[in-house]
Amino acid sequence: MDSYVFWVFVGCAAVTLLPRVLPFLFMRRARLPVFAQKWLSYIPVCLFTALVVQGVLAEGQGRPLSVRPEDLAALALSLAVAIKTKSLLTTVLAGIAGAALFRWLF
Amino acid sequence: MEQQKEQAVELKKQARGEAVPTFGEGVRDCVPTLLGYVGIGLAAGVVGSSVQLSVAEVGLMSALVYAGAAQFIICAMLLASSPAAAIVLTTFVVNLRHLLMSAAVAPHFTRYSLSKNFGFGALLTDETFGVAVGRIHRGLAVSDRWMNGVNLTAYLSWIASCMAGAWLGNWIADPARWGLDFALTAMFAALLVLQLAELKGGRRRHQLLLVACMVVLMAVFSMFLQGYLAVLLSTVIAATIGAVTER
Repeated sequence: MDSYVFWVFVGCAAVTLLPRVLPFLFMRRARLPVFAQKWLSYIPVCLFTALVVQGVLAEGQGRPLSVRPEDLAALALSLAVAIKTKSLLTTVLAGIAGAALFRWLF
Repeated sequence: MEQQKEQAVELKKQARGEAVPTFGEGVRDCVPTLLGYVGIGLAAGVVGSSVQLSVAEVGLMSALVYAGAAQFIICAMLLASSPAAAIVLTTFVVNLRHLLMSAAVAPHFTRYSLSKNFGFGALLTDETFGVAVGRIHRGLAVSDRWMNGVNLTAYLSWIASCMAGAWLGNWIADPARWGLDFALTAMFAALLVLQLAELKGGRRRHQLLLVACMVVLMAVFSMFLQGYLAVLLSTVIAATIGAVTER
């Protein structure tokens, strides 16, 4: 295995383990400050949005922004399916089918 | 003091004949969440193979990291050849949410040893947290064996389904042509929708505004920053805006 990939896995495992384990070991009774709790509660929505946007942006930086229209269409389909079905698996399948279709059409 | 109260409550529950739940009951309580695990695991495996990871590499990643959203992000960032430090930092930020969950569950297991507690924490996920909190909210007793039953069932099915997904993905020569790489974006879109769907009224409006804010931040930062930096920076800024403007 590529050593870069291996060390990425090990590093990611370590930083994933820390927040999971620390409360069980040390702060069994303590609570996080309220602002920290609030801040953490916004991380999922913000991060998911960021990754969705990144998914439809054409690669490269330092130039005018461009989106891939075929992927934007597939995203619209995925969002519609997600809102309708509330199912991860159905949405992923619809997204894959949509991307394949729109990339073939455009 | 509070710890003693907790133990007294547990003892009372046991005295009332609410037996200490067994490992097998833990396995049974975990089963309803397995469909979700297997589905996401398969998808994570397919995505892993679409960024040229082998079945063994995907297996290793799922065993070590054991976090769905993070594994998708790691794949996306490996594909973009992001520096290792950026991938690790992003993974840290994504998985920080577990801190809240662990902090909520940990008080119910204080009577067990540190090494057992380490195990409970190491295998905590969004889903096992849901199972544990569900049982606690129903006023039922929890035990070490029960928690291990839940955790090991979830852990092993996760690794198995990720590897099965990677194996399936390997049969496909040009993943992009079949839209397979889009699984990642579709997955994040679904996770986003599911997060927002849980909210009501004012809170949902607030978060929808935040989503709009994120799109703008991402669009602006993407023009002059590397993708991973744009993701980290706009997430940190928008989460701060969210926390400050929350009512």
